[in-house]
Amino acid sequence: MQDLLYFSQQLINGLTIGSTYALIAIGYTMVYGIIGMINFAHGEIYMIGAYTALIAITGLATLGITWLPLVLIVALICAMIVASSMGWAVERVAYRPVRGKHRLIPLISAIGMSIFLQNYVHLAQGSRNIGFPALIQGGFLFGSPDTFQMSLSYMQITIFITTLICMSALTLFISRSRIGRACRAVSQDLGMANLLGIDTNRIISATFVIGAALAAVAGLLLGMYYGSIDPLFGFIAGLKAFTAAVLGGIGSIPGAMLGGLILGVAESLTSGYLSGEYKDVVSFSLLILILLFKPTGLLGKPEVEKI
Amino acid sequence: MLEVKNLSMRFGGLLAVDQVTLDVKEREIVSIIGPNGAGKTTVFNCISGFYRPTGGKILFRGQEIQGKPDYKISRLGMVRTFQHVRLFNSMTVVENLLVAQHRHLNTNLLAGLVRTPDYRAREKKSLERARYWLERVGLIDLANREAGNLAYGQQRRLEIARCMVTEPTLLMLDEPAAGLNPAETRDLDQLIVSLKEDYNVSVLLIEHDMSLVMGISDRINVINQGRPLASGTPEEIRQNDDVIKAYLGEA
Repeated sequence: MQDLLYFSQQLINGLTIGSTYALIAIGYTMVYGIIGMINFAHGEIYMIGAYTALIAITGLATLGITWLPLVLIVALICAMIVASSMGWAVERVAYRPVRGKHRLIPLISAIGMSIFLQNYVHLAQGSRNIGFPALIQGGFLFGSPDTFQMSLSYMQITIFITTLICMSALTLFISRSRIGRACRAVSQDLGMANLLGIDTNRIISATFVIGAALAAVAGLLLGMYYGSIDPLFGFIAGLKAFTAAVLGGIGSIPGAMLGGLILGVAESLTSGYLSGEYKDVVSFSLLILILLFKPTGLLGKPEVEKI
Repeated sequence: MLEVKNLSMRFGGLLAVDQVTLDVKEREIVSIIGPNGAGKTTVFNCISGFYRPTGGKILFRGQEIQGKPDYKISRLGMVRTFQHVRLFNSMTVVENLLVAQHRHLNTNLLAGLVRTPDYRAREKKSLERARYWLERVGLIDLANREAGNLAYGQQRRLEIARCMVTEPTLLMLDEPAAGLNPAETRDLDQLIVSLKEDYNVSVLLIEHDMSLVMGISDRINVINQGRPLASGTPEEIRQNDDVIKAYLGEA
């Protein structure tokens, strides 16, 4: 019984982290799916989302507004707007001018953008950790207090529900809306989409904006979950989300969702049963194994060479 | 409608197209033929904006278009296909036709979220147009299949339907009969003629199937090794000695 509770606890923790990885991973996978480049500044967009949310929460608190649902919604909207504008601007400034050039050039540009954004936040917000108020507290406890107690916090439930809503909204958007339809067309054959008169630049911008908005949601959620943020907050999360995207098959949205969850659970089970220090070893070994046996990732399709 | 004057395209030391001149008038089917490697597709790529020609002029409905980006040219009402089918394979048949009408649609995100009457009206109209063309090319029963799963001949017809929903005035087809069986080629033949007669579309065609070319073309241009060899009606081309030599080799 106790073992089962312990296992469930690791599973819940893993799914919590994993679902936020998935939210961030979608940004990587969508951009890769459409223009075949890796947006290494995406982790920074997520970090900026977290900072914006924190600033909004602090601002509301000084105004004396503390009603939780309102605070959360305002923080979420601010974070999404700022991060989306940032995602849009990054594409315009750093990626569009070098699009279609040799593959390495946009990559270097992305790394430069990432360094720039990190340092910008260092300067503007200071490099120390900043405490993120734990707005959602409490939770359920299972099991007897003398042995092991499994906890499922309201924060974790919030993360699950929010992620679920975002994923469903995105899936609907991609499959039903006109822009979603155009996104799919552009990701399959950009040249043909262009010839049919689709404004591919606009669709590419939309991809960056959507990815950034989802990363901002993850930023707010993980900021509250961990309780503190710093300018390097986006680096590890970005790396993990990128791994999740590759694991699930980069370019595939369901793949990013699945990859995020698998990575989160694998990390948490390693921390729970082996040691916290091994969790990165295990998650990256998992990545290597999957790439060895299925180079396209779990749900990725083999790339057909376009002539 | 389309006038190509002294078009040249040089790739490094190779002169792939040398002084090609041709024109397409309203409601006319004009073919480009020639041996493999003659430069036919290069001419297409220059006209549709894939390549920036190194010499010559291209006028489309009075406007000079040489060197303009492909998406701008396509918006003037020119649409093309490629030698190999380029559908959006993992989208359904009807989605392929809807996405081709994207620029005629209101893509404002807010309008889409609240589904304004205008948004819905246009969506409905584009769906009707898609349905019309699916019926026209005989694919209506397959509307919700993934395009990549269609038979090859069906994919070819879907490609033409996808061109037609954009309401072009000039349709450029690069070897549309490649890989089709004789029955499918006959259907294609009738479809192309009907596009001209019923929808007032001009067609510029590259094709190796001589019965198709001779049967439907109003005029034919022959290119050999990048240079124009002959042009005229199918009857004139059939009797042209240079053309016979180029195709059959000299005795």
